[in-house]
Amino acid sequence: MNGVHDMGGMDGFGKVEPEPNEPMFHSDWEARVMAMVRAMGAAGAFNIDASRYYRETLPPAIYLASSYYKKWFLGLENLLVDKGFIAEVDIAAGRAVQPAKPLKRGKFAIADVERIMVRGKFDRTPQAAAKFKPGDKVRAKNIHPTTHTRLPRYVRGHVGVIERDHGCHVFPDSAAMELSENPQWLYTVVFDGTELWGADADPTVKVSIDAFEPYLEPA
Amino acid sequence: MSSHDHDHDHSELSDTELRVRALETILTEKGYVEPGALDAIIQAFETRIGPHNGARVVARAWVDPAFRQALLDDATKAVATLGHVSRTGDHLVAVENSPKRHNMVVCTLCSCYPWELLGLPPVWYKSSPYRSRAVKDPRGVLADFGVSLPKDTEIRVWDSTAETRFLVLPMRPSGTEGFSEEQLAELVTRDSMIGTGFPKTFPKTFLKTPGAPS
Repeated sequence: MNGVHDMGGMDGFGKVEPEPNEPMFHSDWEARVMAMVRAMGAAGAFNIDASRYYRETLPPAIYLASSYYKKWFLGLENLLVDKGFIAEVDIAAGRAVQPAKPLKRGKFAIADVERIMVRGKFDRTPQAAAKFKPGDKVRAKNIHPTTHTRLPRYVRGHVGVIERDHGCHVFPDSAAMELSENPQWLYTVVFDGTELWGADADPTVKVSIDAFEPYLEPA
Repeated sequence: MSSHDHDHDHSELSDTELRVRALETILTEKGYVEPGALDAIIQAFETRIGPHNGARVVARAWVDPAFRQALLDDATKAVATLGHVSRTGDHLVAVENSPKRHNMVVCTLCSCYPWELLGLPPVWYKSSPYRSRAVKDPRGVLADFGVSLPKDTEIRVWDSTAETRFLVLPMRPSGTEGFSEEQLAELVTRDSMIGTGFPKTFPKTFLKTPGAPS
């Protein structure tokens, strides 16, 4: 979706402001939100792509005005309601009113913590031969899906070069909608800064994205 | 006249806290999460991950050419050979800085970050200013960090748009010949592994310390 989350190349947000000696969390509730997202994801309530999609679908003004973990919280609440794990009446009451819905991998237990301290594996067995190889010129398709995609707007329609082939991976556009994993070839595609930002752009800049094969066409 | 604004801000914060607490109660009462499991997650994140993990990988690459090559070939596999470093998932890619090319990592769409090696991302990495400008004006972003590069150095920005994760392998500071791996690891900053900074240059007094490497 062409959401406000897709902000590569936008102007007007101001300077980057690093915080010296930044703590891991700025409030206790941020840590609770992080842990709830990890636990419910690991228990099988949703996959990582769906959780990203639910943050992207927050109204733009709320997305921009909310802190990072506030976005995580709002996305999590919406996601759990939509998938039927919690209900509006539960939220209104502040406790469980409706019965629980079974989780794909069952209750998240203390014994499961070890499992979530390593990122998941997303590579899958290829369903077909790769269409591209390193060195190939490709164009990022000019597509505008209204649901989740990992093809940022700023590269669409632009020509780049395949630099790396990462193998076949879960396709986020499908996984976010819980359609299937629909594995696709994944490549690093490099674009010249001048191709993306025009002739006046810094000629020393190159930008790469990792692009799934359905995002690309020969150029 | 106690500040109305202050009370207002305070009650907004409390509203979020109350909502978060309520959600946790609901998840626990429904039996989705074992009591204590959230605490265990937070404790694991607070104690086991952090830039010290990435720093040890970088320091090893600086002292061990075979490891450096293995890291550039397949970082997930190479990091797994270092038993003392936190385990890392797929699909880690190490990208090496050189006098000709400087690498910088961003996630314009959300906040993708090699957290096993660097800890949870700082607020600035997840912020709109960084996500919007890193791909269009990386030199301007580096200036916000007080970092400048020669005009002809290529800047390569890696936008983490998939489940690949990028670790910048910074250049080893000059004058560190003879440093031990542990001493080198202390020079490696988090930002130098994101590409928004350089490794620390050691204080001159360090060289004068008796017994320090010369």
